[in-house]
Amino acid sequence: MIVEIGHFALILGLAFAMVLASVPLLGVQQRQPLWMELARTAAVGQFALLGLAFACLIYAFIQDDFSVKYVAANSNSQLPLIYKISATWGAHEGSLLLWALILTLWTLAAALFAKQLPPTLKARLLSVLGWIAAGFILFILITSNPFERLLEVPQEGRSLNPLLQDIGLAIHPPMLYMGYVGMAVAFAFAVAVLMEGKMENAWAHWAQTWTLIAWAFLTLGIALGSWWAYYELGWGGWWFWDPVENASLLPWIVATALIHSLAITAKRGSFQAWSLLLAILAFGLSLLGTFLVRSGVLTSVHAFTSDPSRGVFILVFLVVIVGAALLLFSARAHLVTQQRAFKPLSKETLLLLNNVLLMAMMATVLLGTLYPLILDALGIAKLSVGAPYFNSVIVPLTVPLALLMGLGFAAHWRESRAGGLLKQLWPVLLVSALLAFVLPLLLLPDLQGWAVVGLFMSAWIALSALQWLWQNRAATNSTGRVQRRRILGAVLAHIGFAVTLAGITVTSLYSIEKDLRLAPGESYSIGDTRFQFVGVIQKQEHNYLASEGTIKVYANNQWLTDLHPQKRTYLSQAMPMTEAGIDAQLSRDLFVALGEKLDGAAWSLRIQYKPLIRWIWLGAILMALGGLLALPSGRQRRKESAA
Amino acid sequence: MKKQWLPIAVFSLLVAFLAIGLTLNPKAVPSPLIGKPAPDFTLPLLNQQTAFSPQQLRGQVWLLNVWASWCSSCQQEHRLLVRFAQNRTLTMVGLNYKDTPNEAQAWLDALGNPYSFVVEDQNGQAGIDWGVYGVPETFVVDAAGIIRHKFTGPLTQQRLDNELLPLLNTLEMTQ
Repeated sequence: MIVEIGHFALILGLAFAMVLASVPLLGVQQRQPLWMELARTAAVGQFALLGLAFACLIYAFIQDDFSVKYVAANSNSQLPLIYKISATWGAHEGSLLLWALILTLWTLAAALFAKQLPPTLKARLLSVLGWIAAGFILFILITSNPFERLLEVPQEGRSLNPLLQDIGLAIHPPMLYMGYVGMAVAFAFAVAVLMEGKMENAWAHWAQTWTLIAWAFLTLGIALGSWWAYYELGWGGWWFWDPVENASLLPWIVATALIHSLAITAKRGSFQAWSLLLAILAFGLSLLGTFLVRSGVLTSVHAFTSDPSRGVFILVFLVVIVGAALLLFSARAHLVTQQRAFKPLSKETLLLLNNVLLMAMMATVLLGTLYPLILDALGIAKLSVGAPYFNSVIVPLTVPLALLMGLGFAAHWRESRAGGLLKQLWPVLLVSALLAFVLPLLLLPDLQGWAVVGLFMSAWIALSALQWLWQNRAATNSTGRVQRRRILGAVLAHIGFAVTLAGITVTSLYSIEKDLRLAPGESYSIGDTRFQFVGVIQKQEHNYLASEGTIKVYANNQWLTDLHPQKRTYLSQAMPMTEAGIDAQLSRDLFVALGEKLDGAAWSLRIQYKPLIRWIWLGAILMALGGLLALPSGRQRRKESAA
Repeated sequence: MKKQWLPIAVFSLLVAFLAIGLTLNPKAVPSPLIGKPAPDFTLPLLNQQTAFSPQQLRGQVWLLNVWASWCSSCQQEHRLLVRFAQNRTLTMVGLNYKDTPNEAQAWLDALGNPYSFVVEDQNGQAGIDWGVYGVPETFVVDAAGIIRHKFTGPLTQQRLDNELLPLLNTLEMTQ
């Protein structure tokens, strides 16, 4: 019964989305304020209905209602409650429903907090969001209905992939979707502005707010996914350049560019068309990511069960939504463009250059991701593109990006003088170079060229951000709390990037990885750290059997900690899973994974020493926090739109 | 003015590739062994004392089907194979891959045995020589002992009708 209510709520949600997609647009055309006002009601109803549908699905999971096909395939009565709930979005159908729910949440938020936008723009914007929601709900109902019943009710569910029975994964998709789907607001904004045929610079603040929030979620979502892969997959890697990871990185790169481009539009009144194009692109790439994951056109560790009909639907959807937006852009972008003069050396130029670099990064990642597909489509070859390609193309793009970032802080709007910049930045330059050489000599085992480059970039970004903060101390006192908060946010976000960059550099260059055969009592040392293998015991847990190893870790012959890596066999599935034993510190991780049982009581073990790996995720947290701190306030936006 | 149309042009190209991509299967990797002589092996027949080698089948068209009792998609395919074997006289060799003889026998007893020969490849050595990377896989070998085709994953009625049968017919005609 409950399941049917959920199904019905979803259908009704589609009806609301269709109203939202059409009536406010008609209202703009017919100059009917009441019809335009209807957008808000429709947004509320749409969200309430999707919320109800999702709640019903969760209820079916909690109740172990195996008459529902989706529940039977993805749950099991033995599953702990928390993973029954997270199983709701653990597979294709449910995760799409979550996607749609989050979209309606963003739509509702946009409807409630768009007071400073003119009514026609707001109505158009919400209608565009309605189009997207209608398309997605239709997609769910036609190809991926989670409420489908089974005629023969199985006794027991087929359980969730044991890989997914993990708290990191329970929160990773909702975070990521908040980011992905949040890009829809900026997208709808861009389309609505193009329909209006004019762009006021103060609106850029509004769009920036929503992009920043979505970007912060996306940053956290990507970091969570990376962290999860690190401790759960058992290989100790934190980024694999898997198509699905790339699919989340692409919108992130574009959104990063968009935030900066919108800042120029808001502040200087230029780059309007570029900002709108980026907004369309960011969400377009989110949709492309969805297509790549769901259609099975690429092989990936993340691939959901692929089904060509789903692929066709998303592709058509992509063509309609993004194609229409780009056509509109082509036809009308010239209406919103204004040119404001700026000199070759100015903040504008530097930001634009970094935008170009980010786009180049996006293009190379996209090319690498789609290359196997393109070659296959042309019938040339079957191949896969992996880390060697991505690392070798991304690193050379990151170096100039980092250098320009530092310059960008110091440069003035409109015009800067090279002499002035040099005068201002030489201390930063000197200290950064010093740090880049001295830190590896003092703290790292040897001096490597790329370590110097990476640490120099990190120091350069962080220090020039701090210097900018210092320079603005006088300005911040006079311009009030909001401005101060925004400046702090920007500085924090860039320091976060520097922290991540330092983490990536040191982890990539100085990690130590050993595959060993150890019998109980035997030890292995990495530097001052000694790993002593005690033995393996068998454990029975709620829904799995585990071989648990114990490794005593000594630092300078002082006992430090015990690590307990496991090999688990879940009762419902034969595939064994590896749980790594990790000792985490800010300066380094010790990582032990249990391999195979060898002769006698000996086991094969993989021991890793990963310096600064925590910095990668710490930096991402700082970036997200900084992004949220940098939100323009509602009052500021209204003041500027009134001015 | 013109550059405004660039995004939509790039997008159209992208969509074209994605549309073609949808019709392809990224997991279908052609075997490098196609057109090459079938790798030789000498392995015991399941629960028998005698050994079997592909050399014995020289001069006839035959199938090598790689299967295991632990493989769930083999079960799906097996029904089809049993029916196929009833309708057509064709030598079918079942390579029992990384399995135990008892479980393999129990499986055949329960589901039927379509094979002319079932050979035990307990340590997977023959599987490595044949380039097996997933179970089930099916190879078509012609009368001269050359591998002509490889099916990755379970055979379906569709693949049987559209790919396997036409191939077998042409191979047997030239024989």
